[in-house]
Amino acid sequence: MKTEEMILNMGPQHPSTHGVLRLELVLDGEVVHDVKPHIGYLHRCMEKHCEAMTYPQVVPYTDRMDYLAAMYNNFGYVGAVEKLMDIKVPERVEYIRVIMGELQRIASHLVALGTFGLDLGAFTPFLYLFRDREKILDLFESTCGARLLYNYMWVGGLSHDIHPDFIRKTKEFIAYFRPTMVELNKLLTYNKIFIERTANIGICPAKEAINLGLTGPNLRGSGVKFDLRKDDPYSIYDRFEFDIPVGEGKVGTVGDCWDRYYVRVQEVEESLRIIEQAINQIPDGDVKSEVPRRVKPPVGSIYHRVEAPKGELGYFIISDGTVNPARVKVRAPSFVSLSAIGQMAKGYLVADVVAILGSLDIVLGEIDR
Amino acid sequence: MQNYLIEIFTEFFGNELAAQITTYVLSTVPVLAFIVLFVLFAVWLERKVSAHMQDRLGPMRVGWHGVLQTVADFIKLVQKEDIVADANDKALFNIAPYVVFVSTLATFALIPFTSIFIGSDANIGIFLILSLSGFVVAGILMAGWASNNKYSLYGSLRAAAQIVSYEIPTALVVLTMIMVYGTMSLGEVTIAQTSYFWNWGIFGGPILGLGKILLVPFMFVAFIILFISTLAEKNRTPFDLPESESELVAGFNTEYSGIKFAMFFLSEFANMFLIGSILVIFFFGGYNSPFGYLGNLLEIEWLIPIEQLFWFIGKGMFFVFVDMWLRWTLPRVRVDQLMTICWKYLIPYAFFNLLIVGLILLV
Repeated sequence: MKTEEMILNMGPQHPSTHGVLRLELVLDGEVVHDVKPHIGYLHRCMEKHCEAMTYPQVVPYTDRMDYLAAMYNNFGYVGAVEKLMDIKVPERVEYIRVIMGELQRIASHLVALGTFGLDLGAFTPFLYLFRDREKILDLFESTCGARLLYNYMWVGGLSHDIHPDFIRKTKEFIAYFRPTMVELNKLLTYNKIFIERTANIGICPAKEAINLGLTGPNLRGSGVKFDLRKDDPYSIYDRFEFDIPVGEGKVGTVGDCWDRYYVRVQEVEESLRIIEQAINQIPDGDVKSEVPRRVKPPVGSIYHRVEAPKGELGYFIISDGTVNPARVKVRAPSFVSLSAIGQMAKGYLVADVVAILGSLDIVLGEIDR
Repeated sequence: MQNYLIEIFTEFFGNELAAQITTYVLSTVPVLAFIVLFVLFAVWLERKVSAHMQDRLGPMRVGWHGVLQTVADFIKLVQKEDIVADANDKALFNIAPYVVFVSTLATFALIPFTSIFIGSDANIGIFLILSLSGFVVAGILMAGWASNNKYSLYGSLRAAAQIVSYEIPTALVVLTMIMVYGTMSLGEVTIAQTSYFWNWGIFGGPILGLGKILLVPFMFVAFIILFISTLAEKNRTPFDLPESESELVAGFNTEYSGIKFAMFFLSEFANMFLIGSILVIFFFGGYNSPFGYLGNLLEIEWLIPIEQLFWFIGKGMFFVFVDMWLRWTLPRVRVDQLMTICWKYLIPYAFFNLLIVGLILLV
């Protein structure tokens, strides 16, 4: 019998493409022969816009890239500009930035874990995790008034000091939140059907992961112990004690969807540990004392990278000595992760493409910028 | 009850054939009314169950705790434009929802709701139900093909493959139960389990002596197999592949809107109760009360059918609730795993079970 390959357009309006992404699947029955991602539906010329803005005005633009981890985007950008201008920010600012960054990492991972479960048909864990993410957003709201896009970190400081209640509330949150991760493990992580769906699916061996340029949980899921917070410490991360979880192939092969998922589950706990340490050591001080009147870096260029929730987030900034940056280039981790799907999904079924895409945890705002 | 009605109408019309037709048409009315009311209730229940499982409230605005929400939704659905795209195969596209709905509705004729109400106590009852529910596959295939949409086609082909494969373990278990009861009529199956709960199918049925004790574990296995395979037949989680929204958008009913979509929806929920009631009839005594009737105690004869209706719907609703419970707890299996479960596990176990039960009954 003569058969033909079928081309199926998955997206741009599809429930599990995590935004406006179009995947062109070449199928033989249910088996995937090729995947071509088509991006650009959310392109907003962000990098070009930045050239017309002053340095502080760029911060809100960075919010809108990975909108699930806006704090961390701020973190990376202000770090780059501060390096360029050689500003030393006060201790208190560094501590608050780390706390906010790690809270943001938890929030971002909760969305990643929840939507991954949703892609596999598990609806309930998604809502449990969103309920807890809401509590983190409440903490952010009490700090800077915004829940999603904060514009919180300024070059040289912060827009607001933390609320007097913040430390107490954060401690309460940690005490409340730990048991719900245990609940998640019982409900989803070790569920037989969930393991069947994710173990040995979308395997990405360590070597291939490095060649593809994967970073963050996707790289660590393949068993490579690489985390910028430890390997190229920025801010004050060298003062805290935490582990770097890597994929071990506990239920399948190293580098499968379950490993990438489980690395995120463990990272949530590590972030909680960092927050606990930071919150006990936080010194007093003024968060705006080092904010420069006029941000006008000297001529030069800088590449600064941070470990964002989704991987290595890099900012390359060229300064021509004026108040506007001459070029802002962003190395977005999701962009690189998405490019790996073609190799990862080959030979699996349609349902697995959804699982693999979910396990890569992409955000289209960051890919298209 | 129907014989009684036929007598009345014969007197009224003076013609037995007209009387029979009137009676049978009339006796579909309570079933149809029941299905519609049940679906309205079940959709609300599904929302409430899912909401409370997920730490939400669910609908709260329309009526007390949102009980009228589904009524409002249904009104909205009826008002919607009935979209038929140019590329659709119009005839098939229009017929499909009704084929699905009518075949689901027809199966309800064979369900004994109480000792006095059963649409048609055909002597091939369960056999007819299986064949009618096989007709649903035709409707789903029509819908998928006529939609001219790749997602719909995938959904309907998956549905067809799934339902046809899971008919086999279902039929094998049903065969086992037919051997135990010695009849295919659901009315007689229910009557065999009369009086107290130890006569129920799950406790070895109406057989007495050593055979009953030996049968209990195998009845339990049969129940589990039938439960799993019917779960797959009605496309509920974890086997809801035909309409898995994260892969196939909405499966075979992607292209449908308005009243035609409502038809698919209606038959899906009606199917849930139908399957629940088949489980109840074979394993949990049908409409029989587990402890005897209040009507017998108080010597009020008309109370008994009402109690029976209560027990039947109560037991059926329990299984509907279990479906919802599973749906909001478990993820979905993959299409090849679904087939593995059926062909590698359920069918061999069902065969083995059939053999053992047959041996016990012979000896």
